[in-house]
Amino acid sequence: MPDLKELKKKVVESQLWRSMFRHDYLDTPRNRVLQIMANVWLHLHPPKIRRHAIKIRFTWCMGGITFLMFLVTVVTGVILMFYYRPVSEYAYADMKYLQFDVPFGMIMRNMHRWAAHGMVITVWLHMLRVFMTGSYKPPREFNWVVGVVLLTITLLLSFTGYLLPWDQLSIWAVTVGTNMARATPLLGSEGPFAQAVGVTPRYDARAFLLGGTVVGPPTLLRFYVLHCIFLPILASLLMIVHFWRIRKDGGISGPL
Amino acid sequence: MADEVVAKGAQAGRLIIEAEEGEATIWSRRDFFSLAGWAGILAALGVGGLAFGRLMFPRVLFEPSPIFKAGLPEEYPVGTVSERWKQEQRVWIVHDPDGFYALLAICTHLGCTPNWLNAENKFKCPCHGSGFRRTGTNFEGPAPRPLERIKIALADDGQLLIDKSVQFRYERGEWTKPGALLKLKV
Repeated sequence: MPDLKELKKKVVESQLWRSMFRHDYLDTPRNRVLQIMANVWLHLHPPKIRRHAIKIRFTWCMGGITFLMFLVTVVTGVILMFYYRPVSEYAYADMKYLQFDVPFGMIMRNMHRWAAHGMVITVWLHMLRVFMTGSYKPPREFNWVVGVVLLTITLLLSFTGYLLPWDQLSIWAVTVGTNMARATPLLGSEGPFAQAVGVTPRYDARAFLLGGTVVGPPTLLRFYVLHCIFLPILASLLMIVHFWRIRKDGGISGPL
Repeated sequence: MADEVVAKGAQAGRLIIEAEEGEATIWSRRDFFSLAGWAGILAALGVGGLAFGRLMFPRVLFEPSPIFKAGLPEEYPVGTVSERWKQEQRVWIVHDPDGFYALLAICTHLGCTPNWLNAENKFKCPCHGSGFRRTGTNFEGPAPRPLERIKIALADDGQLLIDKSVQFRYERGEWTKPGALLKLKV
């Protein structure tokens, strides 16, 4: 039987250990308080909260559930990225491959899909709750605006993800959806002032989105980059502001 | 004693303020470099943004060509509306006594493909019932404007040459432009 105390002493006093953990943890009342006060994760939580704010009937926890849905889509989405190639020859086959030949691929894809649908629903319900409880009123009006932008990004994430299975449904859905960009004022070839600006179907807002004049391989790649890089990063940054502002604006709003 | 110190301090403070307000130049060195720094950052972002905007429009597109040859004019008898290219190119070629014109088979309501009904002498959209006369003018249903005409010309080998990227709209008075109608006696 080796001397465990001696072994622990050896490990704890080694340079490797000391480089990571500078000193022992002393279980004192002061340290216990510090553990809470100086904890990087716990500091995200407010130190105190008003009684009504934890009532599920008041908040529905919809913002929190929306954030949970976002986290689920991020984790499952990154896992899907290990197999999915945003190239027209492979995209549809990779989606089928994930579903039928990759172990747990089906559940990853379905979790991504349902969490995405769920996020769209919960984000609307969150907005409804915030509206019904008057939480958009000063001093929270800026956070309402941030929330509206986040809602738009959620819908854009949904829309760009819709194309990626690269089947008939997604191609035509995006064809119809991006046709709306034709009507953009100044920037769309069929929108107001299009002739004055001189935009054509080849060089307008829709062609910017599609990477051409029809939904094709460039569109798939473009939407993939928007879906996996641009929009999630933008959403994450705005979520940081959104959550921070809840605290700065005085926590969850009071009952009307 | 203490009052004296306070008074002196206040005086000194006033002096400093006066010195700053009384600057001979408009901008201090700090202001100038701050402004120059921000201007540089904004200029770099602006130029980068413009470059990115242009980068998103490639010079070459790997898409089906909008130009196609539709055969010899003799293949289209006078007074007929040909659905020959509808499936492949979404184009009708109409030969009237005046000449040839090509219509884009895209309903101006929501983009479905209408059908040519020869007995009723009209184009009829199956989606929402929009109707167009053989000229392309809308006369029934929800379509807000006439069908679009596209460029029709004669190729070097005598075939009809259709260019779908050049469109002529009635409401802009473009149907009278050259290319919208091919005057040709067959």
